[in-house]
Amino acid sequence: MEIVIAIAFLGGLALIFGLVLAAASKAFYVEVDPRLEKLNECLPGANCGGCGYPGCGGYAEAVLNGEAPIGKCASGGAECANAMAAVMGVEAGDVVRMVALVKCSGHRTYDEHGNQTGGAKLKGNYEGFKDCLAASKVGGRGPLVCKYGCLGFGSCVKACKYDAIHVVNGVAQVDREKCVGCMSCAAVCPRQVITAVPYEKTTLVPCNSHAKGAVTTRSCSAGCIGCGLCKKICPEDAITVVNGLATIDYEKCISCGLCATVCPKKIIVDLNEAPPSEAMAKAAL
Amino acid sequence: MAQQIIGILIAALLSQNFILVKFYGICPFMGVSKKIDTALGMGMAVTFVMALASFACYWVYQLLLLLELTYMQTVAFILVIASIVQVVEMFLKKMVPALYKALGVFLPLITTNCAVLGVVLVNVAEGYDVLISTVNGAAGGLGFTLAIVLFASVRERVDKAECPESFKGFPIALITAGLLALAFMGFSGLSIF
Repeated sequence: MEIVIAIAFLGGLALIFGLVLAAASKAFYVEVDPRLEKLNECLPGANCGGCGYPGCGGYAEAVLNGEAPIGKCASGGAECANAMAAVMGVEAGDVVRMVALVKCSGHRTYDEHGNQTGGAKLKGNYEGFKDCLAASKVGGRGPLVCKYGCLGFGSCVKACKYDAIHVVNGVAQVDREKCVGCMSCAAVCPRQVITAVPYEKTTLVPCNSHAKGAVTTRSCSAGCIGCGLCKKICPEDAITVVNGLATIDYEKCISCGLCATVCPKKIIVDLNEAPPSEAMAKAAL
Repeated sequence: MAQQIIGILIAALLSQNFILVKFYGICPFMGVSKKIDTALGMGMAVTFVMALASFACYWVYQLLLLLELTYMQTVAFILVIASIVQVVEMFLKKMVPALYKALGVFLPLITTNCAVLGVVLVNVAEGYDVLISTVNGAAGGLGFTLAIVLFASVRERVDKAECPESFKGFPIALITAGLLALAFMGFSGLSIF
């Protein structure tokens, strides 16, 4: 009997509170913009943070409030931008697909005796924790002689959610087909050697060395010495040499590939000449 | 009567502070004390919930006494508290969305804030009547507010101070909380009437 009373009492109490809550949820109902949910559906939901907002939900809210432009989502690309534009009732505009580029060609090569024949020279063997940030803290900015190049311990590989970046011969390399341009890799790189470049542009300068030509030559067999030949031949004036490093302005670049043909160090890569991996490997030699 | 109320106020605010002396409700105390604004908002929400819960639970306890079901008091009180928190959550979402966002997950967590259940159980154990119960609830909430606002202001300052790398963030906050609790222990001899 006691059990029946206890159940009845607590059940009744719960019922009353339930009814009160039901009434309160009607009284305090907050309308949610139905477009928000639709925008969330358009986005890939990877929460990579490439747009600069906290996750896909944060970006959708910013777009809804008019704080963010449509087309910031690199991983969703044009398809996602068009879908979002349809929800918001505006035109998407052109979305340039960006991919990551590791600005380093210091792939290390060795002869049969294990002596290094090419690539970025090492000060010594780093035996510590296999992480770029950790490595960059020891021995005066890490184990490479070059102060700018890729350390190759793969912090970016761990950061990539799309399996699009891998370390090949001591240098990280981007799979341009898999890369969605979220730039998570660039965020974790202690040397800031990774940048975003437009996918359609096929001439690349995979070097980050701002050192003087002679210093660069001593530290790496594949470094830009800032000679400026590419700048002279460029028909569109798209190349400038900034602090000893050739830099392409992709607003102007027409991907003609002339700069790649004149580069004495074969640093500038023309992807039309060879598939990316081969061109990169060639540049490394 | 007035004496008892003043005594309860002093006890709940200082000498028997729910957070710093009795160590109830540490979860929101550590979680929502990064900014003074949100700490104050949390304090107000907890004060409201505690006062309302004390009031409501008094009547629920009278019913329990009537039906000789006092062994069910904890379950019944949790039911009351959870419902009140739900209503407060809906109210804030509609009326003060900024505070609702700032409190985030800690708002529904008031449900499991042991300070709320603690004050209700103290009321019952001490045999307070409805007025004193409600005053005790409100005073306990104000004590919570006092503690969390003090703590948040110290944390805002400590954030800008130089501090060893290994102590940054949560560790230094825990040390701060300990020192604050130590300071409040100084009130322990304080009692009037």
